[in-house]
Amino acid sequence: MKAPLTWLAEYVKIDDLDIESLAKVMTMVGLEVEEIRLVGLAMPSGEKHEFKYTGLSWPVDKFVVAQIDKVMPHPNADRLVLCRVNDGEQEFTVLTGAPNLFEYKGSGPLQPPLKVAYAREGAVLYDGHQPGRKLMTLKKMKIRNVESSSMICSEKELGISDEHEGVIILDEDAPTGMPLADYMGDAVFDVDTLPNMMRSASIWGMAREIAASLGRPLKAPETHVEMRGPSIEGRAAVEIQDPTLNPRFVLGLIEGVTLKPSPYQVRRRLNLAGMRPINNLVDATNYAMLELGNPLHAFDYDFLLNRAGGDAPTMITRRALPGETLTTLDGVTHQLNPEVELVTDTAGALSLAGVMGGEESEVNPDTVNVLVEGASWNFINIRKTISKLKINSEAAYRFSRGVHPALAKMGVQLALRYMLAWGGGQVAQGLVDNYPNPPDDPVVELSADWVNRNLGTEISAQEIADVLTRLDFTCKVDGDKITAHTPPHRLDIGQGLIGRADVLEEISRIYGYDKIPSRRLEQPLPPQIVDPGLVMQETLRDLLVNLGLQELVAYRMTSPEREARRYPAGYAIPTVEYIEIQNPITVERRVMRRSILATMLEILEYNSHLDRRLAFFEIGPIFLPVAGQELPYEKQMLSIGLTGARDLPYWAENDSVSMDFYDLKGIIDGLLAGLHVQEIAYRVAEHPSLHPGKTAEIMVAGNAIGIMGELHPLVKTNYELNEAPVYLAEIDLARLLEVAHSLFDVEAVPAYPPVLEDLAVVVDETVTAAEVEAVLWRGGGEALKKVQLFDIYHGQQVDPGKKSLAFSLTYLAPDRTLTDKEVHKLRQRIITLLDKELGAVLRS
Amino acid sequence: MTRKVKELENLAQIQQDALRALADVVDIEALEAWRVTHLGRSSAVMAVFSSMGGMDKELRPLMGKEANEVRQALEAALEEKRQALEAVALKQALETEKLDITLPGRPVARGRLHPLTQVLRHINQIFSDMGFQVFPSPEVETDDYNFTYLNMPPYHPARDMWDTFYTKKEGILLRTHTSPGQIHLMRARAPEPIRAILPGATMRYEQLSTRSEIEFVQVEVLVIGKQVSFAEMKGTLDDFARCLFGDDARTRLRPSHFPFTEPSAELDVGCFVCDGVGCPVCKETGWLEILGCGMVHPVVLEYGGYDPAIYSGFAAGMGVDRSTLMRYRIDDIRHFRNNDVRFLRQF
Ligand SMILES: [Zn+2]
Repeated sequence: MKAPLTWLAEYVKIDDLDIESLAKVMTMVGLEVEEIRLVGLAMPSGEKHEFKYTGLSWPVDKFVVAQIDKVMPHPNADRLVLCRVNDGEQEFTVLTGAPNLFEYKGSGPLQPPLKVAYAREGAVLYDGHQPGRKLMTLKKMKIRNVESSSMICSEKELGISDEHEGVIILDEDAPTGMPLADYMGDAVFDVDTLPNMMRSASIWGMAREIAASLGRPLKAPETHVEMRGPSIEGRAAVEIQDPTLNPRFVLGLIEGVTLKPSPYQVRRRLNLAGMRPINNLVDATNYAMLELGNPLHAFDYDFLLNRAGGDAPTMITRRALPGETLTTLDGVTHQLNPEVELVTDTAGALSLAGVMGGEESEVNPDTVNVLVEGASWNFINIRKTISKLKINSEAAYRFSRGVHPALAKMGVQLALRYMLAWGGGQVAQGLVDNYPNPPDDPVVELSADWVNRNLGTEISAQEIADVLTRLDFTCKVDGDKITAHTPPHRLDIGQGLIGRADVLEEISRIYGYDKIPSRRLEQPLPPQIVDPGLVMQETLRDLLVNLGLQELVAYRMTSPEREARRYPAGYAIPTVEYIEIQNPITVERRVMRRSILATMLEILEYNSHLDRRLAFFEIGPIFLPVAGQELPYEKQMLSIGLTGARDLPYWAENDSVSMDFYDLKGIIDGLLAGLHVQEIAYRVAEHPSLHPGKTAEIMVAGNAIGIMGELHPLVKTNYELNEAPVYLAEIDLARLLEVAHSLFDVEAVPAYPPVLEDLAVVVDETVTAAEVEAVLWRGGGEALKKVQLFDIYHGQQVDPGKKSLAFSLTYLAPDRTLTDKEVHKLRQRIITLLDKELGAVLRS
Repeated sequence: MTRKVKELENLAQIQQDALRALADVVDIEALEAWRVTHLGRSSAVMAVFSSMGGMDKELRPLMGKEANEVRQALEAALEEKRQALEAVALKQALETEKLDITLPGRPVARGRLHPLTQVLRHINQIFSDMGFQVFPSPEVETDDYNFTYLNMPPYHPARDMWDTFYTKKEGILLRTHTSPGQIHLMRARAPEPIRAILPGATMRYEQLSTRSEIEFVQVEVLVIGKQVSFAEMKGTLDDFARCLFGDDARTRLRPSHFPFTEPSAELDVGCFVCDGVGCPVCKETGWLEILGCGMVHPVVLEYGGYDPAIYSGFAAGMGVDRSTLMRYRIDDIRHFRNNDVRFLRQF
């Protein structure tokens, strides 16, 4: 809510605080000031300001209240007039094109004179002819041969509103010559109202918090209204059908009122508070609402009489009937349902209760008699209505968060008082007040000991009671016990334990968070329970980083089409169930992802032209709906993506090779080794996104934990990628972590020298390296410690359809130096086995 | 005697010739050739040794001694020459072998953690040092866990504070904060005391802009016990802020509202960019809002399985994305999930 300083000052003494200090008080009591807009007042002194200031100051020597004594036609311009202006010091002739002065043109000396806001040469103000708010400086210039250096200002030029149709005409009592900032300079606090502080979505409500914080008295609104007209009794009635939806309904009547613009100061304040002035009658309801927090509504009384066939109108509050419609004053026709509460009369619907009035019954230019409604409504029902009908208003904003019914009557009185003051007429005696469901203002009992244990303070029971009394609680103190009665303007205090917590918040807030001491935790350490999966996940991240990969953090939201890009054209994409978002921000992100590879491919695509070597990993969930289960399985996955040059660009080596399948395999080997995974194997596999000849399943102890391979060439065409092949791996994190070991055996460093030996074998092309290695291990027995493939040869020296694999073997015994004879024996055993099992021969 | 003199003269001549030849040697190759000629198997001095068999018995020791002396002298001269030549060669090499040390180094492909992980780890570390443990919780949640158990029954006005993504399944939504994890954790641990943090991804319905994201990382802090006080919350969070932002970080607690805590507060830390004078990072306020916190609401304790008449606690929640933005003065929050290598490689 936007609160003008001068308005707050009517309810609490704050003239001794500068704007900055006041904003600090407000923020520290829970009225968070987001911005301060200066509308005339000077910026507070000092270099450090804790708030964002915007707006315009009106220096006292440049902006004053002036009077126009005479408006004269311009000799050679129809759309300009010349004004005789007195600024309290001198008389000038001022040129202006303000259309609202034309009616005074040539009518001789004005009695009374028009009071205006006058800016002198050198004044800095907003340019009224430019869109938005652009500053300009008033300089001497000649328009149509008339010299002009000063200006009669519009609201836009002074930063009050965007209005630039005419100049401001101030109230008659504005003192000529007074600096404008002294007369109506203001500052508007833009306060972010917390949901539990809706009681302070009003000037009076904010003033109460400020008063409580400063320990100063709060003035009550003047609700007394002279009621000199005939009694309202028998001239209007109220019928409430459901008091849970409508706890209170109050009516007041004013007759013979004159519809006209409100006094300028009222219009100015409404503008500053963010509401557009309409006319004195509508303004009176809005002004009273902003002041008190209770929305009000004005009906044309004669229109209601008419609908009742001349009888006294009866206002009936009820649920809408099925199929009933209502056109609200914004011109929208709503289809209603029985969830919606209405204000009706005997002839039908008049307004959406607590939300918006109907078009027909509004105050109109012919209105002379006004029925003022002040009611309170069930906030949950109002919330349902506004979400169902997609409608909002200042009234709905307040009613949907709860307004205490006690305010309804005060609101009607205040609005009648303002209508009378600004439009004359007579207020009917008495009010119609139907109050079937007063709220149960909670009584909260608490002890000083309990408060101090929860806050860590040492406050006495009396001190606590004093703090609460500042917020209008009525308190009784009995030793350590405090009984606090909730004041009748707030609905946020609960019963029992909850009420105690609510009151504790009030005590700490007003006592001051800054006065509560700061202490370390005194409780002993709770049982220490470590999640080994989370620990291992961090180890995994470190390993992947050590292996040269960049970590990604990616969106969970995607679309089925985006994920379908990972399949080759023509592939029969299986139908799968997604977690679908009901209100997506875009169709591109309307489901929760099911494929971490699809995410990886998109990020590789995004970066494909940004770097010549891309090497990424991501750890994150995919979301798999589970039949018969409320929540999806959030399956944690690891993905790896590689493409581009193996080496980073370097001046001494210009032609780097692209990464291949074995770069990826090396990373996975390194990762598995780093997690001390045993019994690893790679198995030929198929995957729709991967090249059929270059795909492997990653097996641990006979179970697949993931898949890796080259991106299928057909899938690659679905993405804008570079020429270099793309390598992907996808690993089920839960399975990986199951086979990872944080404890493992460490072998003794050998005390005897190893025997090294090379062995080249020729096998059929179809025999895999893993098959040969397996035979080597079996043949070598315990003494064989290491097998390293160091060369693969195809060509003239071996027969077609064959290949030669060269291995380096390391033999070692823990307790002695192996003899040549022993090694020779092992070698022979290996050769025999190779021949028998694989038909392999030694390469000569 | 004549023979003896002659032999000795011969040895002296050998030495003299060899040393003269050595004086002309200018490089290591020539030195090697000299060695072969003058100290090798077929050199003159070696010939003296081999001819000694034919000498007089009484002459032999003297000749042996003399020949040995010549050989040792030549060897010493050889070594001296070698050192001299090597010193010259080294000097030459050092003078000519000059690198352009401004040429770029051979780059190593280094891996990196995502900036959000880096900052999250820092936060985790600080809490871990204070005895807090990490607890995971789901990202897709029920309406009950995300709202109702956190003291926001259906249609509660405070639900407006979170713009929520709902799924098409009734009552299932994308969690708007890590706070539902509080309930999971309490239900897993009650009635034991708790000191834990819950990091994770959260989702909110926002229009994407430089300052707002639909997905972001949060860390939830939860302490439950008998007699945990507001003062202890203040102390713990003060310690945390000082560890994260430096020893001289100023903090303040400002009243706020969260339905699941009461009293509630925002923790502000003095802007470390402008030192409190005001700058665009702190929106000219001199303060940075770093987390929301408060004493766990009795309704939440009850839903979590703790008797609010006996137990109390505090909770806090902070945005890792926001902290990272502030810390590195990043201009656009969307950089985090765009994963542009030009952004990522700076961390
Ligand atoms: Zn700053």
